[in-house]
Amino acid sequence: MIGVAHYLTLAGLLFTLSVAGIFLNRKNVIILLMCIELMLLAVNFNFITLSRFLGDPAGQVFVFFILTVAAAESAIGLAILVVLFRSRRSINVEELDSMKG
Amino acid sequence: MTVAESAFLIPDFAPAAAEIVVLFMACVVLVVDLFVSDRHRWITYGLCLLTLLMAAMATAMYVPRETVLTFSGTFVSDPLARVLKLFTYSVTAVVFLYSKDYLRERALFRGEYYLLGLFATLGIMVLISAHSMLTVYLGLELLSLSLYAMVAFSRDDPVAAESAMKYFILGAIASGCFLFGTSILYGVTGSLDLAEIRRAVATLDGLNIHLLFALSFILVGIGFKFGAVPFHMWVPDVYQGAPTSVTLFIGSAAKIGSLALLMRVLVEGLGGVQQSWGDMLLVLCILSMGIGNIVAIAQTNLKRMLGYSTISHVGFILMGFLVGTRQGIEAALYYTVAYVIMAAAAFGMILLLSRRGFEADELDDFRGLNARSRWFAGVMLVVMFSMAGVPPFLGFWAKLAVLGAAVDAGLTWLAVTGVIFSVIGAFYYLRIIKLMYFEEPSDTLSLGGGSDLKLVLSLNAALIVFLGVFPEGLISIFNQIVTTAP
Repeated sequence: MIGVAHYLTLAGLLFTLSVAGIFLNRKNVIILLMCIELMLLAVNFNFITLSRFLGDPAGQVFVFFILTVAAAESAIGLAILVVLFRSRRSINVEELDSMKG
Repeated sequence: MTVAESAFLIPDFAPAAAEIVVLFMACVVLVVDLFVSDRHRWITYGLCLLTLLMAAMATAMYVPRETVLTFSGTFVSDPLARVLKLFTYSVTAVVFLYSKDYLRERALFRGEYYLLGLFATLGIMVLISAHSMLTVYLGLELLSLSLYAMVAFSRDDPVAAESAMKYFILGAIASGCFLFGTSILYGVTGSLDLAEIRRAVATLDGLNIHLLFALSFILVGIGFKFGAVPFHMWVPDVYQGAPTSVTLFIGSAAKIGSLALLMRVLVEGLGGVQQSWGDMLLVLCILSMGIGNIVAIAQTNLKRMLGYSTISHVGFILMGFLVGTRQGIEAALYYTVAYVIMAAAAFGMILLLSRRGFEADELDDFRGLNARSRWFAGVMLVVMFSMAGVPPFLGFWAKLAVLGAAVDAGLTWLAVTGVIFSVIGAFYYLRIIKLMYFEEPSDTLSLGGGSDLKLVLSLNAALIVFLGVFPEGLISIFNQIVTTAP
């Protein structure tokens, strides 16, 4: 029988995966954006599980808001990416180091 | 009131009148700005200031003086919210005014800056009035998303684009951690409402491991938004890379948003586990004061130096909160307000000295300022002394209030640590004063800047002196509005 703990573990694993992806990836900014989306999806998974478990619809409402904000967030992220690419001709994470100190 | 009971009732809109005004006017300005030519761009600017004035009237004229909940208990209007909102409007108006000449000289005087500023202000207002984790999240994201776009809006500047990308990535991770903590908190307490969470936390036994797990994720998010060490990586890069007018906004008005986030979530929602988050904040507090003050000494870029200085001031604000008494919370609020006033003046000085093609953001650009303008060297002197905590300026009383709260709560060793780090920090503030007064100017041009910028900047410095000489008024306001202590 699949219980709440299994769902929460899966969400935890997805979250860990996304954080690991952000810190291990040294190549491409787009992969960072994908990891951020995965992170929000892990949170959504948590909310839906707990909402079902508690019998309270508020958690599912929260998920709709997270989905909407995530869309706005990736739009802004991609817009910044375009600005970055136009001025540098590169989206390599390792080259984002012009400021030091 | 549960969601089911109130689902078919029309909520009371009056407590949120100011938010509605700002949202409506922001949409109006968005449309008007499309039809305005570059020569008449001052119309956008004027409309934004008018919006802030209207919002201030809506907030000030709202009659009930007690706490009012609306929108199914997700939105609160209490004395704390009203005072912080009025302060937010004035700071934002000052920020808009300071930025005008700087933006015009760089062909950035477009509607975007002011519109994004208005939306960020709306985000701060929602955060201030949040009474549910959902409203907290929405306010936080509205503020953050506007700030990411503001940092990047100087489109041809590669450094600005780089710092916007860093800010975006780290900010998104912070929001993700905050949300993950919120979802677990929802599972533990069974509610998103802050009052419900407070009630549920009080019934749990002292060390609920799930609650602590949620709390640490939420603290990571708050630490990021505040810029406390070890979550401070974005602060220096964003402060240095963003256009100075945007740095001014992030350094002043946006700090009120972080304060409201901490106040609502930790003090109101999770006040029952103050012991736990107090210990976590203690680590952030000491690291922030130490690393902020020591690394600032090594900086040659003034904006970057002020970034590290912010980190050290955040350490002091957190010290007020971690003490956990009502006196400590009041001191932290007082410190934040004082810091915002000082930061506005400091970045205002950089904006005053900059001109077309010249940023004035290196320490050397302040060399010999006294020979160029006695008055504005005096203004910078006041700001730097106040930030260093020299009496009788505002910054001194703010530091005294926080340290006093720490001593009264039996944390004398922490207060002593704070004083030691402040003394270390005084070095880099005093270095600027030495550069201004005891060295020859490398640049003999007279100061630019419009008369409105000069007037408001002088008033800003005068306010720092005035509140330093007569500190009781501001302190007594915070005595009255803080109603919740953990």
